[in-house]
Amino acid sequence: MKLLTLNFLTCAVKTCKSSPAAFPLHPRDATLQVVETELNLAFLKNMLPRLMWDELRVVADEVCGFLLSFPPPCFPCFPFPPTRSDLVVGGEAGAAATAEGEEEVEEVPSQTAQDLHRVLLETTVHEGKLVCGNCGHEYKVMEGVPNFLLPGHLV
Amino acid sequence: MPDYIVRLVHMHESFRQAELQALADVAEVPIEFVKYEQESPFCIVRLPSDASAKAVISRSLLSQGIYELWGQGATYDALHESVKDISSAKWARYESVPFRFTLDCFRGTRDNAQQCEIIESFSYMGFKGPIRMRDAEASFKIFEEYNGKTTGPVYMYLGRFVAASGRDAKTTYDLKKRHYISTTSMDAELALVTANMALAAPGKLFYDPFMGTGGFPIACAHFGAVVCGSDIDGRSIRGTGGSARRGQTGKFDVQGNFKQYGLGAKYLGAFVSDLTNTPFRLSQHSISASRGGYLDGIVCDPPYGIREGLKVLGSRDILNEQERATHGDRYKDPGYIPPKKPYSFTAIQDDILAFAVSTLVENGRLSMWMPTANDEDVELTIPTHPCLEIVSVCVQAFNKWSRRLLTYRRRAESEVPEGALEAVKKEYEKGVRADELNNFRKKYFEGFKEFERLRQEPGAGNANHKADGSKGVSGPWREKSGTN
Repeated sequence: MKLLTLNFLTCAVKTCKSSPAAFPLHPRDATLQVVETELNLAFLKNMLPRLMWDELRVVADEVCGFLLSFPPPCFPCFPFPPTRSDLVVGGEAGAAATAEGEEEVEEVPSQTAQDLHRVLLETTVHEGKLVCGNCGHEYKVMEGVPNFLLPGHLV
Repeated sequence: MPDYIVRLVHMHESFRQAELQALADVAEVPIEFVKYEQESPFCIVRLPSDASAKAVISRSLLSQGIYELWGQGATYDALHESVKDISSAKWARYESVPFRFTLDCFRGTRDNAQQCEIIESFSYMGFKGPIRMRDAEASFKIFEEYNGKTTGPVYMYLGRFVAASGRDAKTTYDLKKRHYISTTSMDAELALVTANMALAAPGKLFYDPFMGTGGFPIACAHFGAVVCGSDIDGRSIRGTGGSARRGQTGKFDVQGNFKQYGLGAKYLGAFVSDLTNTPFRLSQHSISASRGGYLDGIVCDPPYGIREGLKVLGSRDILNEQERATHGDRYKDPGYIPPKKPYSFTAIQDDILAFAVSTLVENGRLSMWMPTANDEDVELTIPTHPCLEIVSVCVQAFNKWSRRLLTYRRRAESEVPEGALEAVKKEYEKGVRADELNNFRKKYFEGFKEFERLRQEPGAGNANHKADGSKGVSGPWREKSGTN
């Protein structure tokens, strides 16, 4: 499961859905893997405005501890969420050029885009647990597949 | 805008126009249907340019190609007249390039001599370039449509080839060649059509809440979307140590399927969950920074309760204190399996719609399959939600039942009429057994008796119909395309 997924998932317990503490889920005792994939700029651009930035930082900071091979600093230290133009080399100038309807230039992903790609789409949780910050329920991750089925007493 | 002729495939008729419309929506191209008939594989559309025609058709599964319309008519005289009328201005451009002419007869045939004669009759166009059957720069096709009753064709067209469809994908993703499938895997062609209907495209995020072995996510990933999925049965996601199919050893799982097609980068991951207790963040809850939806599309084929049971978390009977305590103590044990219960079939459909409303972005799409009997007594109504607009309803008919592909668009908040959200409390089937909860399942296993009775009543249907009916009596499991 890639880390981006954690930006969409909360605790499955119905009473936790309304609690801010239930999001994001916290990885514990996790084994992480970095699986290198091709950078998908269109996808990053599309996802950027939908990301819950503060929560993403929380997860990324927590995950840092599990990954020794991660090149430090493991998460791009932006004071504020990047914008779409931060993802491309040449940023705003490039965006302006395409807006004017000039010949479409191949966009070059910036370091920011590469860092985001590394964290969101290359880092995967392989084994471990995801813990709800509200009720403390632990969801197991097996072979990269988290199990969100609730036991009988919680349904 | 020029007219184009689309050569459709003559199957899944009710899906074809909806697919073309969806593809035009993805390509952001205005499309106008000049002529479309369920009975004909030739469709005439109006599009801005060759480039847009190519953009629309290159992803299409239910067509073969698109051609610029150079003429049409009910007889060859009329066709020649029309060609001279519409296209004479374009002849000069193709005067000296390598070209070829071919003939496409629908429901009819022509022998070689006749074909030559027909092609020669277009000699007035004055093409002097070399004839090349391979790699011709300009390729022309004469389409003949027969109606099966008369000997000659009833209508004909001349078209210049612009672009081929994406129908090859049907072969690439053929289930017979996929490493890891299950009993309810959706046929590759229809899975790809579903992805088209939901507007899967590069940069988008798609989700399948009933993924099984991942057929729909793979189809969406083929069109460039990043996908994730979930299923209540984790074994189907994690896969097996080896398939029952001969010659297969090693691990077969959803991840492996993505690798087989080189789509690993598009696979976000999967998790085990139940739609009625979903871990997804739902937009109405009170996290202040929540900005609404984040999924571009949801595609699914929910279990119909026939081959695959429709179950959700929970117990058939309400647990007493002691039982709850036992679950509380034991749930961390490695072998613990959470209790599941059968669920109402109409309720799950409404749950899917409600889930789609709270997770889809504006104009995001939900494409969902749903079975129905070919009989009004058992016919199920199409579920609706005030925040979702029905875009298309396509039907795949089997002998005694059909299934429909329903496509919805998430309305923007401003489009939702005020007060429409005041939930209309619906009555769902009550009970604890699958038969009580799923009317479709009940009728299915009864062999659609009422339907049979209606057919055999005097005056209802002729002898032919009866023969059709008796063919299926030996068992509804004879339907080839998977029942879910």
